Amino acid sequence: MAVQTTQETKNIMIVGVGGQGTLLTSRILGGITLDAGYDVKLSEVHGMAQRGGSVVTYVRYGKEVAEPIVEEGQADVLIAFERLEALRYAHFLKKNGVLIVNDQRIDPITVVTGAAQYPADILDTLRQKYRVISADASAEALKLGNSRVFNTIIIGMAAAHMDFDKEAWLKVIEKTVPPKTVAINLAAFEVGYNLK
Amino acid sequence: MSEQKIVLGNEAIARGAYEAGVKVSAAYPGTPSTEISENIVKYPEIYCEWSPNEKVATEVAIGAAISGVRAMASMKHVGVNVASDPLYTISYGGVNGGLVLVAADDPGLYSSQNEQDSRMVARAAMVPVLEPSDSQEAKDFTKLAFELSEKYDTPMMVRTTTRIAHSQGIVTLEPRVEVEDKPYSRNPAKFVMMPGNAKGRHVYVEQRLKKMAEDACSFSVNRVEMRDTKIGVITSGIPYQYVREALPDASVLKLGLVHPLPRKLIEEFASKVDTLYVIEELEPVIEEQVKSWGIKAIGKEILTVQGEYSANMLRKAILHQELDIEEPAAVPARPPILCPGCPHRSVFSVMNKLGIHAAGDIGCYTLGAVAPLNVIDTTVCMGASISTLHGMEKAKGRDYIRNWVAMIGDSTFMHTGINSLMNMVYNQSNGTVIIMDNSTTGMTGHQDHAATGKTLMGQEVPAISIYHMCKAMGIEHVVEVDAFDIQTLEKVVKEEVNRDGVSVIITKSPCVLLKTTKTTHKLLVHSDKCKKCGLCLKPGCPALTKAEDGTVKVDTTMCNGCGLCAKRCPFGALEQVEI
Repeated sequence: MAVQTTQETKNIMIVGVGGQGTLLTSRILGGITLDAGYDVKLSEVHGMAQRGGSVVTYVRYGKEVAEPIVEEGQADVLIAFERLEALRYAHFLKKNGVLIVNDQRIDPITVVTGAAQYPADILDTLRQKYRVISADASAEALKLGNSRVFNTIIIGMAAAHMDFDKEAWLKVIEKTVPPKTVAINLAAFEVGYNLK
Repeated sequence: MSEQKIVLGNEAIARGAYEAGVKVSAAYPGTPSTEISENIVKYPEIYCEWSPNEKVATEVAIGAAISGVRAMASMKHVGVNVASDPLYTISYGGVNGGLVLVAADDPGLYSSQNEQDSRMVARAAMVPVLEPSDSQEAKDFTKLAFELSEKYDTPMMVRTTTRIAHSQGIVTLEPRVEVEDKPYSRNPAKFVMMPGNAKGRHVYVEQRLKKMAEDACSFSVNRVEMRDTKIGVITSGIPYQYVREALPDASVLKLGLVHPLPRKLIEEFASKVDTLYVIEELEPVIEEQVKSWGIKAIGKEILTVQGEYSANMLRKAILHQELDIEEPAAVPARPPILCPGCPHRSVFSVMNKLGIHAAGDIGCYTLGAVAPLNVIDTTVCMGASISTLHGMEKAKGRDYIRNWVAMIGDSTFMHTGINSLMNMVYNQSNGTVIIMDNSTTGMTGHQDHAATGKTLMGQEVPAISIYHMCKAMGIEHVVEVDAFDIQTLEKVVKEEVNRDGVSVIITKSPCVLLKTTKTTHKLLVHSDKCKKCGLCLKPGCPALTKAEDGTVKVDTTMCNGCGLCAKRCPFGALEQVEI
């Protein structure tokens, strides 16, 4: 049977490599859900795994949220900051869930030492099963002149598939990012939001 | 005015301490407890510090509480072991101002060396335990802990797990209530724990727990939620949330106070349900007590003592649901690794080259145990590297350990390594101790300690010199080497491991992630000179990979120009240049 979760709860997962800076994404997601009046819980990994390991952040929002984690088969949106991590966690998606992938490759140490192979054609494999939206956010960010706003581009890509008004996203980004970087972050969000 | 905010469990504990009028907080960093102190420091009303270890931190809090103020010590589960000596005895003495120890357990071992259950320690120490289920409760229970501490004259434990400590939820913030200092009056029968006095206090402690267990039947944090009576669940902490997800119709007895247990309340609840489950992560602490009272319950027969639980786990184990879940894809593992530019990698590359075994310790550098570095052979607990090396020497003799060293970080050395080094000197050991000084407590996210020259509250203070401490112990050969000067380091290591007596090598270079560590160099790749030998790749820097033609290529977004790879390249294919 399909997995039943707390009623009307939306489940978002952010996955990536420790050090990639997935924190801003979870802060913005937390901000927008709180502003919209939802109950919200987030859960993240600290400590040793942050040292280049595989990291996961869960965001759940709805009328009332009990557990703070998203389990297999429950994610409405899976935001992957790296291709291999998208593949690692894809089975957490619901049947009709959306997979947002930053088309970037970071070799794990197991690949660097030759103990394992980085899988080829990850995006094609994922497309056979899931609705995949992908872009090289770092390249898009460079076009804007600041490679560091790649995560705001990814937020924009995800936002286009979530049920909040665009205005609400812009508002929460404006109050979450450092004041000096508001303009470029808003521009980055636009880029992501309009990627299809 | 109350304000609502999304708050991390650890931040909520800090907020609870603030609102409860706490005046003193002490801790040693340890995942998943570190952010408690990092948030407490934001409240100028509270004196807070990083102590050298959890025993000291607990004793600092004890002193503050005896003097009449509310005080707290926070630590990870293995820190409770270090703090257990004062904890077991202050349990006898009790308090004056409220005293709370926060213990953060790590089921699933996200960043720990074992999976122990602090509730077992608390039971043995006869210390009552509150266990929150989300951020709001983390704040509320911390405040309650101080009230109960003063009401029952006992230290209290607030026990969390990683999933509470590192999850965020909505919390209603309230103002701080200043608590008047309790007057101090000399009372040796209570605070001088020598045999004659402690005998009397042991009687008191037993009465105290008994009284609390009776009162706990009407504590509002022990809550009965009656729904369908076919299934009844006794639970606490984060498993409560999994129960609500997986068994929304079940009746639940949610325990906020998990030690001592409210026996009458539990018996009453058990009598009203058809099948009773006890659902708790790690050890069957509640379950075994419930069963010892002759109550029929199901627990660890169907649920594991290992790792974290989840709602899906309960759906399968209790409801026998076949869940339509896809198999995960077979993908290469991505274990944690040392960062690009990490000075530990440089030191390990030299040890690896020399074929040296290391008795290791707790920190980022524990990663020196895994491929491709493969240097560390043993890791037990904080400070153990030095004493285990000493034990090996005493067991097998000087020659046996000529290709062994102890490797320990600066913060860990200050924590408990220093005692072990004294022991080596005192007991006439032979062996080389390498203190990898990166000027911070790295793995927990950069906390200061006594040898960094700065306190938790940001005060600049004289840094205690590790070099001079070693010299003061009478160790003749104490050598400081730049961690990235691999030629000198190799020479020094060869000299020291062949020497009789105790010697210390302090490898120095700040953690690359410290904000004060500036990137001064970058790496140039001259592909035409690359012979594809792979020597540069051997230390396992994630910024270096092989291009399709087999030559080395660098990821410039990750590389910070430490130059370790350039120093290893015999052909000049990699060049470290100033920016």
